[in-house]
Amino acid sequence: MPKFLTLYSAVGEFIHDGDTVAFEGFTHLIPFAAAHELIRQGKRDLTLVRMTPDVIYDQMIGMGLARKVIFSYAGNPGVGLLRRLRDTVENGWPNRPELEEHSHAAMANAYEAGAAGLPCAIFRGYRGAGLKAVNPNIRSVVCPFTGEELAAVPSIRPDVTIVHAQKANRRGDVLIEGIIGVQKEAVLAAKRSIVTVEEIVDDFYDVHTNLCILPHWTVTAIVQVPGGAHPSYAYGYYKRDNAMYMTWDTISSDRDKFTAWMKQNVLDVGPDVFAARVGSLRQ
Amino acid sequence: MTDLPFTATEMMTIAAARALSDEDVCFVGIGAPSAACNVARLTHAPDITLIYESGTIGAAPDVLPLSIGDGELCETAVCTVSVPEMFRYWLQGGRITVGFLGAAQLDPFGNINTTVIGSYDKPKVRLPGGGGAPEIATSCGKIFITMKQSKRGMVKAIDFYTSFGHGEGGDHRKRLGITTEGPALLVTDLAVWKPDPATKAFTVVSIHPGATRQQIQDTCCWNVHYTADVIETPAPTEIELATLRNLQERTRIAHQGSK
Repeated sequence: MPKFLTLYSAVGEFIHDGDTVAFEGFTHLIPFAAAHELIRQGKRDLTLVRMTPDVIYDQMIGMGLARKVIFSYAGNPGVGLLRRLRDTVENGWPNRPELEEHSHAAMANAYEAGAAGLPCAIFRGYRGAGLKAVNPNIRSVVCPFTGEELAAVPSIRPDVTIVHAQKANRRGDVLIEGIIGVQKEAVLAAKRSIVTVEEIVDDFYDVHTNLCILPHWTVTAIVQVPGGAHPSYAYGYYKRDNAMYMTWDTISSDRDKFTAWMKQNVLDVGPDVFAARVGSLRQ
Repeated sequence: MTDLPFTATEMMTIAAARALSDEDVCFVGIGAPSAACNVARLTHAPDITLIYESGTIGAAPDVLPLSIGDGELCETAVCTVSVPEMFRYWLQGGRITVGFLGAAQLDPFGNINTTVIGSYDKPKVRLPGGGGAPEIATSCGKIFITMKQSKRGMVKAIDFYTSFGHGEGGDHRKRLGITTEGPALLVTDLAVWKPDPATKAFTVVSIHPGATRQQIQDTCCWNVHYTADVIETPAPTEIELATLRNLQERTRIAHQGSK
């Protein structure tokens, strides 16, 4: 049975300095509110894992929380580059986290291997690709049956995975629908998990039995944060704030602008601001 | 090209759209590839299957998605699968006929760099990286590429092999045990290119209306070759142009209307 907590307590209790932390959600249901709480609590030396770091990791990296970043696509989707990430890589501001770079196929396979309790993922990948030469965690194995050489990467086993979902019921079972991404694998691969949700309902009697549901005993903590995925979206609740993703390009282009924005919109507020942010985007 | 009733970018998107057919199952990169794939779907290839890496199979968006995971894709898709399933069963499983990619840096053999400009450890510009591209490039039946020409983009040698095209050319793919065809088409804002059957270097097969050989060479670092029977790309039809412009207008309104 998961604990039903405030965001402050869940992040404070289950994420520690030095942890390997995965915030997942593939464009959809990105747990921004939880990330902002993590920034407010000033957790340090984190290994941040995420297939598509996008704006959520640009904010955490820019605030200096990361010791290492494991990722497969570091862009602002459809807009351009991640300017805070670039500043760390190109200029070491505010620090210079280690980067471990993969392809999407490798990360997806590595989460699945973590959920499956395997030490590594094996797949047909990285053929002719340059990452093999710069990432020592990309290796190969030979199929004992066919002799084919296949790529191998270590499985991902986060200390804690954070995801955002549409609903939980009172027992703590979790429902995710729409683009389901890699959330189920990321939660099952982790030692602990925090799930923020749009709403908490009595039961799931009226939902389709095949919807992606994490049973309550796989989840450590549940927190209700309406709008908690903004500026990404929650299918059935509110749309993606594409205009905000485009605006981020300007905010993040300059250190002072970024710092001022983070103070005003993250450090000086609480998770309750998210509901109002999605007000005009609700469906 | 100012006196033509269409822009070079419109010609690029439409020429790229024409390469797709009803039978294709197409893995769609974001940006220019997405526009081309949806113009194909809305004109001559209504039965094409468009797949975005967020897990949406058979997406038919009314507006172009800003990201590969916009809600519009899931709402219109035949089915939506998890990201691990997308890469394992559908891409690695060999179900995709065409991968449609853009490129920051491209060499004449269709090798693509979207990772870094400069060295990997001390890059001059850190780009987003590969995402799905390294495996798309080797697991799809063939690869189409679309990009605007520039000396910065079309280079003799790329700084980083994000995704493998024809490598050093010739039978390099085969030597690495890669059985798929690789880059088979390049559509730019000035021309349509295909790989030479022997060397695998991109060669111009058709020049867009209003574009000149001088322009094509001035915006490309490698020495441009032409097939003997090079033709002029047929100009966009009224229907193609109207379809593209309507799609882009709907997209513009949708993406700026959320504030």
